[in-house]
Amino acid sequence: MAVFTQGLVAQDNVLRWGADPDSNAPFSFFERGENGALTGFEYDIITAVAKRMGREPVFVRNDWDGLIPGLARGLYDVVICGIEINAQHAAEVDFSMPYYVTFEQLVLRAGEPEVTSLDQLKGKSIGTLDQTAALRMLKATPGVNVKAYDEEVNAYQDTANGRIDGVLLDYPIALYYATPMHGLEFVPKPFGQISYGVAMEKGNTALQQEINNALAEVIASGEMRDILSRWKLWTPAVAQAFNQPAEPSLPPTSYEAFMVAAATQPTLVERLWRYWGFLPFLAEGAWVTLYVSLLSMIIAVSVGFLSAIMRVFGPWPLRWVATIYIEVIRGTPLFIQLLIIFYGLPNIGIKLDPLVAGLLGLGLNYGAYEAENYRAGLMSIPKGQMEAARALGMTQAQGLRFVVIPQAFRLVLPPVTNDFISLLKDSSLVSMITILDLTGAYRQLATTYYDYFGTGLLVAAVYLLLGLPFVRLARWTEQRLAVDTRRPGHRPGIFALPKGKKKA
Amino acid sequence: MEGTESLVSVVGLHKSYDEVEVLKGVSLNVEEGDLVSIIGPSGCGKSTFLRCMNFLEIPTAGTISIAGVTIQCHSLDEAPEAALQEKAHLLRQQVGMVFQQFNLFPHKTILENVALAPMIVKNQVRGEAEEKARGVLAKVGLADFADRYPANLSGGQQQRAGIARALAMTPRVMLYDEPTSALDPELVDEVLQVMKDLDREGMTQIVVTHEMRFARDASDYIVFMEGGHIVEISDEDEIFENPKDERTRRFLKRFI
Repeated sequence: MAVFTQGLVAQDNVLRWGADPDSNAPFSFFERGENGALTGFEYDIITAVAKRMGREPVFVRNDWDGLIPGLARGLYDVVICGIEINAQHAAEVDFSMPYYVTFEQLVLRAGEPEVTSLDQLKGKSIGTLDQTAALRMLKATPGVNVKAYDEEVNAYQDTANGRIDGVLLDYPIALYYATPMHGLEFVPKPFGQISYGVAMEKGNTALQQEINNALAEVIASGEMRDILSRWKLWTPAVAQAFNQPAEPSLPPTSYEAFMVAAATQPTLVERLWRYWGFLPFLAEGAWVTLYVSLLSMIIAVSVGFLSAIMRVFGPWPLRWVATIYIEVIRGTPLFIQLLIIFYGLPNIGIKLDPLVAGLLGLGLNYGAYEAENYRAGLMSIPKGQMEAARALGMTQAQGLRFVVIPQAFRLVLPPVTNDFISLLKDSSLVSMITILDLTGAYRQLATTYYDYFGTGLLVAAVYLLLGLPFVRLARWTEQRLAVDTRRPGHRPGIFALPKGKKKA
Repeated sequence: MEGTESLVSVVGLHKSYDEVEVLKGVSLNVEEGDLVSIIGPSGCGKSTFLRCMNFLEIPTAGTISIAGVTIQCHSLDEAPEAALQEKAHLLRQQVGMVFQQFNLFPHKTILENVALAPMIVKNQVRGEAEEKARGVLAKVGLADFADRYPANLSGGQQQRAGIARALAMTPRVMLYDEPTSALDPELVDEVLQVMKDLDREGMTQIVVTHEMRFARDASDYIVFMEGGHIVEISDEDEIFENPKDERTRRFLKRFI
């Protein structure tokens, strides 16, 4: 089902294609149900194209905003995700020939007066997606309150429940998301005209040639007409663009299947059963969250320890370096740091695997906080301890290793475990750089089933369960190390809870 | 106080913290086997003087010579810190120190406290180090407390453990920085008794103290300091009965 690519090596017999599958019907999206497969008309098109190129298609997920930057990063070879062919996009990427033409569809709440021109939307709130032709058209209309959404389904839901007044988006999106929802109506007049193209890295003329050849074959052979017919997307405009008959060649089976699935309102039992079915998928995500967090924490502890030692005991250049690192990292948001590492570094030639970027970002960020924890711990050890060590003939390094650091370790354990629990949650940000962790799994499920609340509670519970063993472990370790506050001869077991007053 | 080569020899010791001069040229010779008490009002520099002797403080000027290791200090800019620390490290292996606040390692048992330095610094094997540690602990009367942690000991016991820890490194000289000032009165004697026993065994000890009775009973001679200078060095009986200097007399008024 979901594919998480780890290497960035382009193989000749593989065509890696990128898209954002969340709320992405009918383009490329995951079917509902236990083993929801990837499907959609773009999925069908790219599969057909790859076949004619003699390559194996491999899907790489990314977020809508990251799709085009991902090309520069080499995450995939092409992007096919309803990307409009226009001058602005053409400045960043190369396009294939158009594989679909369509228009902007305005959807309003049922019963609203009919609209024949965008100027009539003055004073209203209209939702759309970022980086679309619809957004540009709305922004060019004076007096319209434009609201850009991450997920299409949210825009339509907000229209239905009155938060905004309408949605202007590409016709395929409106067809699939607005139709099953109650209380919405389509405005008959189409607005504008746009076409979609397959996007690829600028200058890659060889690939562009291959894609275009394959696309031409898919169109000429009638396969394109079959695909679009099944999805109820074979409009007269498209037929004219490809110079083929206007009637669909096949009944809209895929469209109808989608509508049936979307219309089903599950009973409570069915819902609970469905949540039960989510668990294996969530477990995979939870595993990713766990090992990303653990590995990042190891990096953070090491970096933090080194920085603290540099800052407390180092010569002034090292102290300076450590201080700057700590202040800069603590003063900027973790999210920005991750984006810079993942999308910014390629600009200076450093392309990192998503997992490496995630570990680096989380590790360096938390390392700064660990450094301050350890510095506080080191400085709170009384000076007399180091003096006694040195008076006994130990070097400063020996004093640190055998006397000061073991004591500081016990002191910093509570804040460090606190930080790890925090890191477990912050690791959710790596879902924004294409890693399918627990939060990534949540978003995929929530947008596939339009169920944010129930799924959200379930995922929150999983996060809670993930953190619990570590809280316990930390508590036990603290007690084991608290040698100077317990009765002689008493060693607590791992399930022991702290007792009250000591007996004399 | 004469001798061909004293065990401890301090000449012209100066110590300043920024603008403030705390030691203004202090000289002292201590022979092997002596027990010397250093007394004086607070702020006179006696603790600083003691801590300079094992280079926990680095003197601004002067020469310190202990058991054949000599270190000459010029102003701080001249002598490179690293070379000085190297020599100080050698010197500290001949000198043991006992602190007012004990400074025992709280995360280790008494036995581990005593055996740690011999294992790390002298590379003794654990078995050998622990056996010797038990011996030293027996000497200060703590044989039964070897497996306890410092927090479970009384103040007097902790200080005796501190003495044992310093003794385990077989120093030639023992330095005591107000060893009983942090103790309840009834616990003071057990510590002083250990120091008297060591004196009888021939250990060289330099003690900064407020315990006048101990100073009078146990010392071979007494050094009185005030304002960063050594004002008077006298036989322990004589200083109390017939102090030479007016400042000494003023300080000892309560005890004479």
